[in-house]
Amino acid sequence: MNTAQPRRILVAIKRVVDYNVRIRVKPDGSGVMLDGVKLSINPFDQIAIEEALRIKEKGRADEVVIATIAPADAQATLRNALAMGAQRALHVVSDAALEPLANARLLLKLVEKEQPFLVILGKQAIDDDNNQTGQMLAALWNRPQATFASRVELTDGVARVTREVDAGLETLEVDLPAVITTDLRLNEPRFVKLPEIMKAKTKPLETIPVASLIGNDKSGGSASRVKTSKTEPPPARQRGIMVKDAAELFTELHKRSLV
Amino acid sequence: MTRILIVAEHAGGKLNVSTAKCVKAAASLAGAEITVAVFANAGSPVAAQAAKLAGVSRVLEVTHAANEHQLAATLAPQVAEVGQPFTHLFGPSTTFGKDLMPRVAALLEAPQISDVMHIESAARFRRPIYAGNAIITVDVEPGAKIVATIRTASFEAAAAGGSAPVEAVAPKAELPTHTRFVSLAAAGGDRPDLQSANKVVSGGRALASADAFKLIYGFADKIGAAVGASRAAVDAGYAPNDMQVGQTGKIIAPELYIAIGISGAIQHLTGIKDARTIVAINKDSEAPIFEVADIGIVGDLFTIVPELEKLIDASKK
Repeated sequence: MNTAQPRRILVAIKRVVDYNVRIRVKPDGSGVMLDGVKLSINPFDQIAIEEALRIKEKGRADEVVIATIAPADAQATLRNALAMGAQRALHVVSDAALEPLANARLLLKLVEKEQPFLVILGKQAIDDDNNQTGQMLAALWNRPQATFASRVELTDGVARVTREVDAGLETLEVDLPAVITTDLRLNEPRFVKLPEIMKAKTKPLETIPVASLIGNDKSGGSASRVKTSKTEPPPARQRGIMVKDAAELFTELHKRSLV
Repeated sequence: MTRILIVAEHAGGKLNVSTAKCVKAAASLAGAEITVAVFANAGSPVAAQAAKLAGVSRVLEVTHAANEHQLAATLAPQVAEVGQPFTHLFGPSTTFGKDLMPRVAALLEAPQISDVMHIESAARFRRPIYAGNAIITVDVEPGAKIVATIRTASFEAAAAGGSAPVEAVAPKAELPTHTRFVSLAAAGGDRPDLQSANKVVSGGRALASADAFKLIYGFADKIGAAVGASRAAVDAGYAPNDMQVGQTGKIIAPELYIAIGISGAIQHLTGIKDARTIVAINKDSEAPIFEVADIGIVGDLFTIVPELEKLIDASKK
């Protein structure tokens, strides 16, 4: 490895409606109500930041760089990520919500610029629940992916990643550089302390217009090919019946062929 | 002409039921021609199993030693190549499909629709966002190849009874060696997998100890159910993390969900609201779980559960 080049981890994050907010669908079906709701770093991305910081603290990385693709007012989100302990941040300014493939293309441009040995992202954002961007970035970069990670171990040039899959826990070995997406049980993100928040205010935050990244390559910033035509609340469940004892419960279950 | 390629999910020589559900979803599009692609090791019986699914017009079989462990990085170039002539590529919205299909979509420069719960037309789909707290209808621009993952809880499995021809195909794509399988540790021993189980029994804080949680395991085994837990029970250390059901754990949709000693916090309800039948056992008649339960019973779980077990035993004699 070239020692002149810092060993860098890129963490891509998204600003989303805070997970404690109970979202409501607009009565006209045009979307969900976002006015005045609390916005936070996507919880899976917080786990991604935490993992990158832990790798750095173990001496296996020199620098943690945060990236986001978001409107101009998302700087506070990046400052929060810096307050967790990252060294600097990249803000790709885009007012339009892009489809995951367009986001992956923009992240690839940042990867080419920063040359990280590892890119860590949340497995999905809790707003659109797409679960696509990390895998797409890995494909475009032509590098390995280890999604839904619950354990990451780095040795020279290789990451051993345990993944939460439906059948249990799968362990993969991937050559670096690679893309890792985080699952909930990978770690518990640290709380940010006040002095760190103060310190984060002066950390480098680079603003990058989308156009400067994609140049003539129209595909990176193209309008989404998927349009949402309607947003509805899910069908409400109806309150059912109450039974008085185990015998009645058994009778009901038996009647419905459930036991 | 709508031509749909479904990427089969399989393990241990057995086709996963998620594939039959993708076939059912594809068949909801009138006039669609349905092909299943099986990527497997030589000698795998899976292609023959896929050929028997009703509605499948043919099966493409790609055999390669590298396909033994179904790694996304290895499969994606093959799927993208085999998928070229198709208008749609479907995979299940299981961890297998969620891992693989976006990588395929990127290689094909196609948009992906995740977690399709209803197919309205060849270019219009319904899917959940915000953990199912809103449902959106999306339209894909004409002419785009569409990659989608199919939400298995939203579709029944296609029946058996087909007899599609199996064709061997050999994609030329170079397969990467940068990703290697190490091991798989199965979860839960002989119990069904929580994510895909037909029946789930979950315990909450009211169990009050890890030892008392044995009651939940015993009851689940009696009815052949997977075991889940509320976040409160996990946080209290009564059950391991990977059993957590809810918005921050597993989102499930079994035929039967039995919530024992679970009050029903919003984040838990988000994880179970697509269950076909919800049963709640709780000593607090005001618990929010009763608002969504199809069958509720107020009382002491330590009395009710053993009684219910006895009745089930008696009915089997």
